Amino acid sequence: MTAENTIMINGNTLSFEPGETILDVARKNSIDVPTLCHLKRANPTGVCRICVVEVEGAHKLQASCATPAVAGMVILTESNKVIEARKLIIQLMLSSGNHNCAIRGHAGDDWTAFQLQVQKSDDSDELCPVWGDCQLQDLAYRYQVSSDPMLETQIPYPMETVNPFIVRDFSRCIQCGRCVQACNEVQVNLAIDFGYKSGATKIVAADDKPLKDSDCVFCGECVAVCPVGALVEKDARYKVRPWETQKVRTTCTYCGVGCQIYLHVKDNQVVKVTGVEDALPNHGSLCVKGRFGNDFIHSPERLQTPLIKENGNFREASWDEALDLVANKFSRIKNEYGSDSLGLLTSARITNEENYIAQKFTRATLKTNNVDHCARL
Amino acid sequence: MAGLAAAFGSGAMTNTIADIEEADVILITGSNTTENHPVLSSFVKRAVTHREAKLIVVDPRRIKITQFANQWLRPNLGTDVAWLNGMMHVIINENLYDAEFVEKRTEEFDALRETVDKFSPETVETITGIPAEDLQAAARLYAGAKTGSILYCMGITQHTSGTDNVKSLANLAMLCGYLGVRGGGVNPLRGQNNVQGACDMGGLPNVYSGYQAVDNPDVAKRMEGAWGIENLSTKIGLKATEMIPKAHDGELKALYIIGENPLVSDPDLNHAEKSIANLDFLVVQDIFMTETARLADVVLPARCFAEKDGTFSNTERKVQRVRKAVEPPGEAKYDWEILCDISSRMGYAMSYANSEAIMEEIRKVTPSYAGITYGRIENEGLHWPCPNEEHPGTQILHRDQFTRGKGLFHAIDYTPPAEKTDDEYPLYLTTGRLLYHYHTGTMTMKTEGLNERAPESFVEISAEDAEGYSLKSGEIVKIASRRGEITARLKVSGKAVSGTVFIPFHFAAAAANKLTNAALDPVSGIPELKVCAVKLSKAA
Ligand code: SF4
Ligand code: SF4
Ligand code: SF4
Repeated sequence: MTAENTIMINGNTLSFEPGETILDVARKNSIDVPTLCHLKRANPTGVCRICVVEVEGAHKLQASCATPAVAGMVILTESNKVIEARKLIIQLMLSSGNHNCAIRGHAGDDWTAFQLQVQKSDDSDELCPVWGDCQLQDLAYRYQVSSDPMLETQIPYPMETVNPFIVRDFSRCIQCGRCVQACNEVQVNLAIDFGYKSGATKIVAADDKPLKDSDCVFCGECVAVCPVGALVEKDARYKVRPWETQKVRTTCTYCGVGCQIYLHVKDNQVVKVTGVEDALPNHGSLCVKGRFGNDFIHSPERLQTPLIKENGNFREASWDEALDLVANKFSRIKNEYGSDSLGLLTSARITNEENYIAQKFTRATLKTNNVDHCARL
Repeated sequence: MAGLAAAFGSGAMTNTIADIEEADVILITGSNTTENHPVLSSFVKRAVTHREAKLIVVDPRRIKITQFANQWLRPNLGTDVAWLNGMMHVIINENLYDAEFVEKRTEEFDALRETVDKFSPETVETITGIPAEDLQAAARLYAGAKTGSILYCMGITQHTSGTDNVKSLANLAMLCGYLGVRGGGVNPLRGQNNVQGACDMGGLPNVYSGYQAVDNPDVAKRMEGAWGIENLSTKIGLKATEMIPKAHDGELKALYIIGENPLVSDPDLNHAEKSIANLDFLVVQDIFMTETARLADVVLPARCFAEKDGTFSNTERKVQRVRKAVEPPGEAKYDWEILCDISSRMGYAMSYANSEAIMEEIRKVTPSYAGITYGRIENEGLHWPCPNEEHPGTQILHRDQFTRGKGLFHAIDYTPPAEKTDDEYPLYLTTGRLLYHYHTGTMTMKTEGLNERAPESFVEISAEDAEGYSLKSGEIVKIASRRGEITARLKVSGKAVSGTVFIPFHFAAAAANKLTNAALDPVSGIPELKVCAVKLSKAA
């Protein structure tokens, strides 16, 4: 290790590769620098300034996500100055809009009035829909910050609920810009951007239309990256709290990309789907079908018992009866007309193991190669 | 994917999805990528916007991905061989091809050269409608890069000339030496989650798992040994598209359909419905009472993916885990379990403890899967071929040599689509998918939000054509082909090209496949779902 490619963080000499930022070096070495706006796979913007650090010789704090490591830098990530700066940022964010988690420190009537106002806006008598699953709340605990009535600001934009998938609650938006980057740089759907930059900034679709009338394709990438409760899945809002669910990793059942997903399960129901970050092929990204199109799993129309047709109508049957019938019919037709009078269409929807068994059954049991699937269609 | 197998020896995607982001030029044809493979399309869009990769899109419709294209060619429907030969004509004439690659890694180049010689940009313009200078520009852009990736989907394969189209794409990539390298390749995008796996596992009439030929007696012997039986048939079986007519003729007596809905997805549906009704016995095993299941004698309830353990193989040959998250409804069972139960009742006992036990058997009889265990793919899947447990899997095919040895050029002449427009049927119809639905909609239509976004079928038409036929956006029209007619709402759209209308095929109520042509590609057996002649009129 030479001085040419090392920096010092909190007293430790650490090496870096050219092009790495201070944040990269810190994370590589398990030094926890908090971030809000920083989004993997997008260019750092440095807008939220939570990740500021003190660099010896620089008279201002530096955003570690956007500052390249330079040989010889001496850096403190949790100095008093840094902590003071972070506290102020967190306090300003918490004091804006409707952050009604318990972390909001108010006394008496004021608190009650505020809660009532927020609950009206949320149309719910619970605390924030992402309570307990919010990066701003986590930071407020970590740095012991509560909001300050003196700093309070109102957000003038009403909630948008007019699309089937995503609730946009501007009253909880902290303007971190992650959604904008996710939409433009990661998914490249180019649907949303910062708007009204000179006044009360808002994340807008097209020229401030509802998402459903914009270029939005409801991939939900923005929801996945929003660090707070400003973007929430409509179906899961207030119904699903993360500590009540179990996550099961599997593969999306729709197209051939094979995105890696988590099914969030509560009481034997899939209540939400998210992408698996840090896994190929999708790095956490999904499309509207994979993320929002899984209601069919619990549809009341699912077939539940074997059915046998009699006089043109189906009646329920036991497995034994149905399987005997199929086996007898196939055996009879095989004996009478030969194996090649039988055929099986297997499926591009079922697993490899099942496809293997389907062709084995056709070849070994029915004794014909009349097996195919419709996927060419 | 018979075309690719003939050229390279393997019909699968040559490269990985992640690899697309490393291409210097990407050519997309016959794939509405942003709607059908949304997450994959982001790799393309990022390559273009972040890395300044060049994008060529060849598609008559103004699909979303064309917004990102440096060069967009709009060929007449069914003229793919012509523009591909035209591009190769330019590349050879201007000496832009990779002579070393052609010399060392391929064969039959002279035959190709001779054929494409006839396809000057001017000739191609008369066939395809693509301006000669645009074709030249696209050819130069593609050939001038370091590596280029070709992506294609059903828009290329669902033609009577589908196999020829694919071979032509293979020709183009070989000509430029873009195979066996990162960011290169010829990449068919699979529409459904496990098409690749269904093929890999032998869900095809001519091969066992791992593409081992059924008409090879040595293979049959080996499978007989592995399965402990005798007399496996060495006669190639019927393709799906052949089974339907055989049912009609009474040669096929019984059919077992798993998780498919050919009564919406098949071409020339009127005919398909009659054929299926003619069977002595039909079993349908599915998760819903589909249009096809209604015709069955016995319907068996299956588990869906969220209720299953197992694996899927995605479009890039990657075998990934599927895990059970919830209990199945009622008495629904694993598809494999049902088949084993029937098999045992028919006198050949099949029984497995679980899906993993089946995978263990697959590994023994399938060389390309031999190294893939559940343990190894716990966190990250493996790309086949993966011949043993030490093998890291194969991300890029054909690195040092092609699966078949040398890459084979196919000299291919242009044949026009099977069906032509005329005075009575003056418009071309093409079919495809929408972002918000999937296949015949049996799953996506259970999500209200998706229905809200895409509630019903429609006919997409250019403003010019709508005016020409005095039809207005939003009104209900009748669309008739030589085989049938449906009604649907008219949608004037900038996506459409004049002379051609588009209908999504998801909707049973206005099944586009009542109109389509069952004429088959002679090799692949894929029907011409992408071109047929229709007429439009106001619905009475
Ligand atoms: S859902 Fe997707 S397309 Fe729509 S705004 Fe969010 S990131 Fe953009
Ligand atoms: S909506 Fe969420 S992600 Fe977007 S700017 Fe606001 S807080 Fe950040
Ligand atoms: S999430 Fe979308 S892109 Fe990914 S596999 Fe599922 S259907 Fe395909």
